[in-house]
Amino acid sequence: MFRLEARPQSSNFWVIVTPLLAVIATMIAGGFLFATLGKDPLISMRMIFWDPLFGDFAFYYRGQLLTKAGPLILIAIGLSIGFKAGIWNIGAEGQYMIGAVCGAGIGLAMYPVEAWYVFPLMVIAGGLGGWAWAMIPAVLRNRFGTNEILVSLMLVYVAQHVLSSASLGLLKNPEGMGFPGSRNLSQYPSAANLELIPGTGMHWGVVAAFFAVIAAYVLMQKHLIGFNIRLTGQSPRAATFAGVIPKRVVAFCLGTSGALAGLAGLFEVAGPAGQVSIDFASGYGFTAIIVAFLGRLNPFGILLAGLLLALTYVGGSLAQQDGLPAAAIQAFQGMLLFFLLAFDVLSNYRLKRVKRAPIQKGAA
Amino acid sequence: MTELLRIDGLTKAYPGVVANDDVSFVIQEGEVHALLGENGAGKSTLVKMIYGLVRPDSGSMTLSGTAYHPTEPKAARASGVAMVFQHFSLFDALTVAENITLGMENAPHRRELSEQIRSVSNAYKLPLDPNRIIGDLSVGERQRVEIIRCLLQHPKLLIMDEPTSVLTPQEVDILFETLHKLSDEGTAILYISHKLEEIRTLCDHATILRHGKVVDNCVPAEKTARKLAEMMVGEALHVPAKKNLHPGEVILEVANLNVKSKNPFGTSLKDINLVVRSGEVVGIGGVAGNGQDELLLALSGETPTRRDMVQVSGVDVGDLNPNERRELGLLTAPEERLGHAAAPDMSLTENAMLTGNVRQKLSNGGFLRWASARGFARAIVQQFDVRTPGIGNSARSLSGGNLQKFVIGREVLQNPRVLVVNQPTWGVDAAAAAAIRQALMNLAEEGAAVVIVSQDLDELLEVSDRLAILNEGHLTHPEETAELSMDDIGLMMGGIESGSEATHVSA
Repeated sequence: MFRLEARPQSSNFWVIVTPLLAVIATMIAGGFLFATLGKDPLISMRMIFWDPLFGDFAFYYRGQLLTKAGPLILIAIGLSIGFKAGIWNIGAEGQYMIGAVCGAGIGLAMYPVEAWYVFPLMVIAGGLGGWAWAMIPAVLRNRFGTNEILVSLMLVYVAQHVLSSASLGLLKNPEGMGFPGSRNLSQYPSAANLELIPGTGMHWGVVAAFFAVIAAYVLMQKHLIGFNIRLTGQSPRAATFAGVIPKRVVAFCLGTSGALAGLAGLFEVAGPAGQVSIDFASGYGFTAIIVAFLGRLNPFGILLAGLLLALTYVGGSLAQQDGLPAAAIQAFQGMLLFFLLAFDVLSNYRLKRVKRAPIQKGAA
Repeated sequence: MTELLRIDGLTKAYPGVVANDDVSFVIQEGEVHALLGENGAGKSTLVKMIYGLVRPDSGSMTLSGTAYHPTEPKAARASGVAMVFQHFSLFDALTVAENITLGMENAPHRRELSEQIRSVSNAYKLPLDPNRIIGDLSVGERQRVEIIRCLLQHPKLLIMDEPTSVLTPQEVDILFETLHKLSDEGTAILYISHKLEEIRTLCDHATILRHGKVVDNCVPAEKTARKLAEMMVGEALHVPAKKNLHPGEVILEVANLNVKSKNPFGTSLKDINLVVRSGEVVGIGGVAGNGQDELLLALSGETPTRRDMVQVSGVDVGDLNPNERRELGLLTAPEERLGHAAAPDMSLTENAMLTGNVRQKLSNGGFLRWASARGFARAIVQQFDVRTPGIGNSARSLSGGNLQKFVIGREVLQNPRVLVVNQPTWGVDAAAAAAIRQALMNLAEEGAAVVIVSQDLDELLEVSDRLAILNEGHLTHPEETAELSMDDIGLMMGGIESGSEATHVSA
């Protein structure tokens, strides 16, 4: 018989090993899932994990990888800062959409002006849009003690309606023959977020993501703000004792994660997506939660986790062409979080083999 | 006397530590038996094994001549072993009788039970009305509920874990009378306490544990308290030396401090006035829950007050935040070590940063100077003899006493002008407690103003120059400690000194 026993200190070894274990367990469980759907699990796994990197058309898919990883990393970095403080922004998807609508709105308002400042203004508007959307749960929590998990999540559905309304009304392409959706920003040179090096998938959003990784590391490890954030997450009373004002931490964490999600939305709408449309949102905001946890809320871990999840996106779409349903790929990604949280137990507990104590007879 | 409980070679090991190693001793019927030992000596584990909460790895127990190995507290109670825990398990919103019913296997009808409670409480001189709500009772009265709950089962052995730590001297006297009556009737009492004078007056025998082993046993009345302490610690004990001080200028002044408690069960502070001078140690006694936490929060800056209610060297600081107060030299050390004074899962270096940042200049423009923080943490560990494998270890991994030394050391080493500490030696072993008290007295000698809030009157009498009592949110006028008798203090604690304001106590 085995028993779980609390470790006096969480194990550094297991903190690193559990994500790897979770990936392996996901592959095995996912393999079973795919097998029951009538696919050869080995071929499906090769398609998801190998072909995008080293397959025949890898030159195309490798670029896709960074394009997908960019927004995931950018959003996950923002979320991880809040998660460290115990502030749970679940609504990054909504902040992502609002950031895209605001940023694209500025760009479209200036159309057809060609000037160097168009794109920077759009970036600022995108960030501010996401920030403002995230400040709604922040203000409600600070003023009325609402739960930011519920409020931020519910605002995703509101954002979806704002997005639909914008693509059907305010931002609709006047030359679009009545079809929903805005003008294509990638055909508006001053506003387009194009590939910086052709074929790599590297656009400004990816650059911002890499920058965010380094900035988050410095913030959390080297700066007082990051220390106060970690302290708040660890022990709110100790944080107040250290002079931290909890409401400011709430506002900072939600605001920052919202701004980063908004930026991710702007870079996406001006680049790979090209236009504001009803189906613009693609779940990056939710997948980023998996990325943040898979990366152990550590900036460099998030970098790797973002690339891995991007791989399952790219490989997943490959496997979809082969006939796997999209829902199976989403289930596959969900399993990753599930196994990660399950194996996480091992970093704080250890398995101990216990011999069943001999039952003493004749107890009084 | 006949043998009641024989403990033979009990051993219990936890990962990394042997809590009890081959412990053997005997408790006679009707005897009051003390279990002495420092924190971590294994007293709690031993008692938990007797009460069926923990199962021993090896060894055996014999109760009244038959083998005894309780698998759960229920079995222990059925065999006649009862226990009063240090922390009560009572529901504030229920009455005394309802609380007692909850703990019983076959509870009699409410009316019958109330009758039983009344008769037991009269027989043992523990006045208690079964229909009162727990939330309205004092700590001493709550303890009576726990004791009566045990007595209703007519135990052969009553285990008491630190029963007097929360009582006023008068309440202690009442408790001792009850215990004497019980032992006269043949009930054995296993008594755990840190208070050696108490053990000397109350207990017939003492078994002394050190590092999980029985190292000695004695008749406490035949030893001095100091000798008992040395037997526990295993070395000569260093008693803090008190010097005659000449208090200097006023450093901390609290004027008409009124604070409404944020906690619905807390106590609001009412018109507190206190002046502390340089070189002086002022003790604030009183039973926990009378506003101690609120006072600490108001002084640390976690609860801001009106600007002029708190002054440091003539500067109004009432509305300043904790770090602004630290800058002016007002430092505090809260009671709760893990989760308030220190973050449990953060390293000692990070915990040194927690309050040391401002005065030790551990950051520069918001960027943290970890090398300096490590140096500061190392200095605390060295100068305050904090036993830890390294400053990278988490606060949680330290024992209570070591963490307390760290928390106090962290503030003392910052050269405070005023240091306010709450329960500096709560749950800390004798040697560490002596070291902490000495450090606080040295600090005062160097010219700081020191305020010690504590429930331990012996401690306050030992270290403080003046003593005041916090009672229901009121602070009595601080009196010269040397001129106070135990009885005076008891009256101050009972709230009688506060005169007309005491009417609500009897309500």
